[in-house]
Amino acid sequence: MSVTTFWIDLAASASMVMCSTACSAGKSRQPASTQASSGLVIRITGSDTMVNLVQAWAENYKTARPEVSVQVTGGGSGVGIADLINGTADIAAASREMKADEMTRAKTHNGMEPQEFTIALDALAVYVHKDNPLDSLSVEELSEIYGEGGRIQRWSQLGVKNSACKRDAIIRVGRQNSSGTYAYFREVVLGDKREYKLGSIDQSGSKDVVALVSRTPCAIGYSGMAFAAGGVKALKISKKKGGPMVSPTPDATISGSYAIARRLYLYTLGEPTGQTQAFLGWVLGLDGQKVVRDVGFVPVPVPGR
Amino acid sequence: MTPSLDRRAGLSRRFSRLGEPAVEWAIRLCGWSAIFFVFAIFFFVFREAAPVLFGELDLEEFFTSVNWRPDSTIRPQFGILALLAGTASVTALAMAISVPAGFGAAIFISEFCGPKAREALKIVIELLAAIPSVVWGFIGYMVLNPVIIWTTGAPIGINILNGGIILALMSVPVIMSVGEDALKAVPDAYREAALALGASRWQLTTRVLLPAAKNGLLAAALLGVGRAVGETMAVLMATGHSVQIPHGVLDPVRTLTATIAAELGETVVGGTHYRVLFVIGGLLMVMSLLVNLTADLIVNGVRGRPNT
Repeated sequence: MSVTTFWIDLAASASMVMCSTACSAGKSRQPASTQASSGLVIRITGSDTMVNLVQAWAENYKTARPEVSVQVTGGGSGVGIADLINGTADIAAASREMKADEMTRAKTHNGMEPQEFTIALDALAVYVHKDNPLDSLSVEELSEIYGEGGRIQRWSQLGVKNSACKRDAIIRVGRQNSSGTYAYFREVVLGDKREYKLGSIDQSGSKDVVALVSRTPCAIGYSGMAFAAGGVKALKISKKKGGPMVSPTPDATISGSYAIARRLYLYTLGEPTGQTQAFLGWVLGLDGQKVVRDVGFVPVPVPGR
Repeated sequence: MTPSLDRRAGLSRRFSRLGEPAVEWAIRLCGWSAIFFVFAIFFFVFREAAPVLFGELDLEEFFTSVNWRPDSTIRPQFGILALLAGTASVTALAMAISVPAGFGAAIFISEFCGPKAREALKIVIELLAAIPSVVWGFIGYMVLNPVIIWTTGAPIGINILNGGIILALMSVPVIMSVGEDALKAVPDAYREAALALGASRWQLTTRVLLPAAKNGLLAAALLGVGRAVGETMAVLMATGHSVQIPHGVLDPVRTLTATIAAELGETVVGGTHYRVLFVIGGLLMVMSLLVNLTADLIVNGVRGRPNT
């Protein structure tokens, strides 16, 4: 009994704290502002994949516009979109496209059409432990590893001897179901008709996936390319078995030759105005896109830049 | 007497005339409010769960299917069998470790050690209870995980064994302090009589004290079960959070509580997934209610019977 109520209490008090700080900060700074369109606080909630990126934007934006404070919260793409619809966020960060029913709900709830901005590209890398001799996989093999009814359950079935993993079992590390990464990986690797195989280790963050794989010689996991770290190796991926093997690099992401590459989005309710518009302009400009590259994602390709 | 002292004395007299009933009422309110809150929580959880509980939720699938796919775009499935198995297996392992350990600690502290060691041990073991559960989860995830991989050769170290050890460490203080109280409640006349008949200390403990205190000790174990079933954060991190029926202690599992914690934040308020999580919450409430009720009945059984 205590569990449920605890989480609700926690959520309620957390949102109250957030609101009170946001509101009071907005209010106390109001006199200094001439543009009162959306206050001087921009609240961004959403994708866990993007939380480092959005945080880096928030910090860099301070030098560009010191009077504006950008508040960043993670939680997952689904959370961000829900917050946008409920009015507790000004911008939602999402690593997947908004679903049709979320669009409808936003429209009926607020009477405004959500606007989508592609602000970066990301490749989903497939990580294994650094001692794993495996170098590459095809999307079909990934589907057999992660998909419901898939036949591949041991490293030896992939033709490698993973000597650090004594029992030869492939431990599938994934994300929990609120994650945009989870949804996108299913869409591209498993297709519309296939479920994930049950029994994967579901982690709550992109970083957690990489951290767990780096500590587990039997593990395989998917996460954003920006989360590559010391103890893991990103596999080359081919679209078809026997096709060209491609590493998750910025060039391969832009050209589309890497199979599991996606766009990252920011969403607003209706056409952005005031502070939000200025922030989005900065994000898509040279400074904002430089931050994208620094954090490890791929800037949006602009013809002629 | 100075005027100010005089006034103060008058104030305190007036306070005792007016204040005492007020304080009495405030205290009474504190007592009754607990009942109000429990019922309010029951009502709230039930209200959120009711629409699917009496509607679209297929109760047979709910209890018998292992497929927990709440957000599937193909066909959402709400089967909690694997989650129930997860909760049951982790709790069972935790109890298998913590009940003997907790009872052992209780027996040692109440019967075998000197007064100084007793104080020190009690303080330290009760400190275990003060460690936040997220810290326990972190220890499971960061420390125990590689140790389990290294010692057992398991493919992954966050599993039932890890969660069971962490939960056992969290339950030991509860079991120990309630168990020690139960042993303390055994009258000294029993001890003196047994010793006078020539029983050794070990015979005294196993043949006299344990039978005499068995109801209290059972209540201690059940309180430990309640603690283990309801624990969330530590098991979320230490068990691997993986939906499957376990085949051994080295398999990762997912518990009911961890599922609520991980998923409630992202669900659409009022949606089916949201309501099903509340059904699970209600189920957990019923489970811990039953455990607490059993423990209570047992303890009252002890009190109801004259001890000497």
